[in-house]
Amino acid sequence: MTGAEFVPLSLPPLIIGTCAAIACAIPGNFLLLRKQALIGDAISHVVLPGIVLAFLATGVVSAWPMMIGAGVAALVAVGLIEAVRRLGRIESGAAMGVVFTAMFAGGVLLLEQSDTSSVHLDVEHALFGNLESLIWLDATGWSSLFDLRALAGMPPELWRMAITTFVLIALCILFWRPLKLSTFDEGFAQTIGLPVNLIGLGLVVTAAIAAVAAFDAVGSIIVIAMFICPPAAARMMTNGLEAQVLWSVVFAAASAILGYVLAGYGPLWLGFENAVSAAGMIATVSGVILALAGAFGPCRTRSGAPVYPRLCARAARPGASKSCG
Amino acid sequence: MADVWPPRKWARPSDPMLFEALTLQLGYNATLVTVGAMLLGVAAGATGTFLFLGKRALVSDAISHATLPGVALAFMFMVAFGGDGRSLIGLLLGSAVTSAIGLLCVSALTHRTRLSEDAAIGAVLSVFFGFGIVLLTVIQSMNAGRQAGLESFLLGSTAGMLWSDAVVIALGGMLVLLAVLILRRPMTTVAFDPDFAAGAGMNVRRIELAMMGLAMAITVVGLKIVGLILIVALLIIPAVAARFWSHRVGHVVLLAGVFGGVAGYVGAAISATAPALPTGPIIVLVVFAIFLMSLLIAPARGVLAAMLRHRRFQAQVHVRQGLLALATDQPIYERLTLRLMKRRGLVRADGVATETGQAQAARALLDERRWQVLRSDPAHSDAAAHYDGLTPLDTVLTPDQLKALDQGLGPRAAT
Repeated sequence: MTGAEFVPLSLPPLIIGTCAAIACAIPGNFLLLRKQALIGDAISHVVLPGIVLAFLATGVVSAWPMMIGAGVAALVAVGLIEAVRRLGRIESGAAMGVVFTAMFAGGVLLLEQSDTSSVHLDVEHALFGNLESLIWLDATGWSSLFDLRALAGMPPELWRMAITTFVLIALCILFWRPLKLSTFDEGFAQTIGLPVNLIGLGLVVTAAIAAVAAFDAVGSIIVIAMFICPPAAARMMTNGLEAQVLWSVVFAAASAILGYVLAGYGPLWLGFENAVSAAGMIATVSGVILALAGAFGPCRTRSGAPVYPRLCARAARPGASKSCG
Repeated sequence: MADVWPPRKWARPSDPMLFEALTLQLGYNATLVTVGAMLLGVAAGATGTFLFLGKRALVSDAISHATLPGVALAFMFMVAFGGDGRSLIGLLLGSAVTSAIGLLCVSALTHRTRLSEDAAIGAVLSVFFGFGIVLLTVIQSMNAGRQAGLESFLLGSTAGMLWSDAVVIALGGMLVLLAVLILRRPMTTVAFDPDFAAGAGMNVRRIELAMMGLAMAITVVGLKIVGLILIVALLIIPAVAARFWSHRVGHVVLLAGVFGGVAGYVGAAISATAPALPTGPIIVLVVFAIFLMSLLIAPARGVLAAMLRHRRFQAQVHVRQGLLALATDQPIYERLTLRLMKRRGLVRADGVATETGQAQAARALLDERRWQVLRSDPAHSDAAAHYDGLTPLDTVLTPDQLKALDQGLGPRAAT
């Protein structure tokens, strides 16, 4: 594998995939701890009607209208779920199931009704994304990374995803304390005057932004997997929130890189000719990581952990205290 | 390209065709699909009710997404052994195997690790689905010509449904319905109170697995018509809609079955009238419409009923406060109070009490004074618990008790 081949064909998807994974994993940590993990699932289903409506309204397949459409659909879905939950006094899981399936069905129907045969817009694309097709034709090798004219030809998804990831990291650092407080002890956060409802809403909106940006580049399935699997695996490794977020970033990046490499080169090593779906492989790798963490993670058990977070495993196995710090 | 909104060519069912479809006159295939979808809807609605009542509706989402790798593996298996890989029963068996594995994974992640059930559901559904997609791409590269359109299982496809497919769906649906009928009591107990069920000597884990197993069977049976992404809707939405109408489990199960069946029948009939109306999404949208109607107009739990109840309560409070103000000669400034009292003929347009108004005001004041005496007397603490500022005291006490109470009233009560 030379630079001349690797840089144009594999480097952009690798970077985009990694950024998307990290961008979803960071809000995923907080959603997981708040038992709202499935919001990511719901959001990634409802982007379909959003992008179809955006396409019907503008008549072109271009990124910004579609991202706006997807974002609006995500917000509408979150509002509808809350409305159904409150008005009908239905538990949130069922409310979610009602709203996202209906919106997804609406999206599929719209897609069938409108003539999209001339453009690349279908359900499969929305689900699997097109990570493999995000190539950088202007690159000739590693030196292109320092060539401004070649850099301008980078797939625009890369810049969008990178910016989204940095904004998310910045938001996470900026609102770290209020987020942490309101996630673990909402009552206490409320007494010291934090707007807990606003923080909760902000978190969901941030998650929606991450989902929509990532969905555009890599498809829904990675979005759902990255919202849940890396944070869940990280949760088995540690009891500290800081460590958990860092672990989840590591797991997300590892899934993205390993998944892409396995999908692209794995079949070649086994003697097959064609690569397999990178999005699917990234989700699969994140599942393997979660399974390993669930089987061997130092803080995987529930016993006593939620009540005395810093004592997990320390009481039972003194040697393990470091890993659970 | 649709560059105007709305697009010019909406495919719409034309009225005579819709009537023919609803009366099963649109030909062999349409009739098969319609009847099959109805049976599927009945079975799914009844089964989903127990998941919903046990607050585990979204487990079905994990189950349904976990069918994808099974479909792909079954196809590869059948092709490897010389078949053409399209036998519906074979594909469904494969999907049942992996969705059972997915179900066990959800259960293991929830019971053996610290993850909550929603995280386990999300993890299983995304990972299994992702793996399924990997397998689909493998199949694509394996023998592109015979790829058999496994993608149709994502959203269902009724175009080429065969008599044997319909029989599989009908038989499967009826078996599930029968199992629901047999297991309804233990499943109800476990859904409402697993601790009590365990105390009563039931094997909670096994019954829960049976509940999930039935949902799995529905998912597998429904793959052909509705597809694996939307089958969740048929399991969840009828039950949620039925819950608005009744507080009794038996009624909710029955009603959910009816809603599911109606949605399946009507949805399949509508979709048979035009090619651009895919069956699965149309069925889901019909059942969502039933849900919306239930949410709005159901008595007791519906939004409209709640709004009317609120308005009535608001009027009661305003009129009561207005009457008390009249009785103590205080002016009323609140506009809503004035309007309500005018409409009831209690005050004139200039705010002065009418005769009925004066009579009712005196009665309200007497009632309020009686309540005060009652609430200050510890002997009446039971009756005092009924105080809400609106209930007239003579609906709480007997006339004898009232007379005794009146002796405690001061001289002002006589006026």
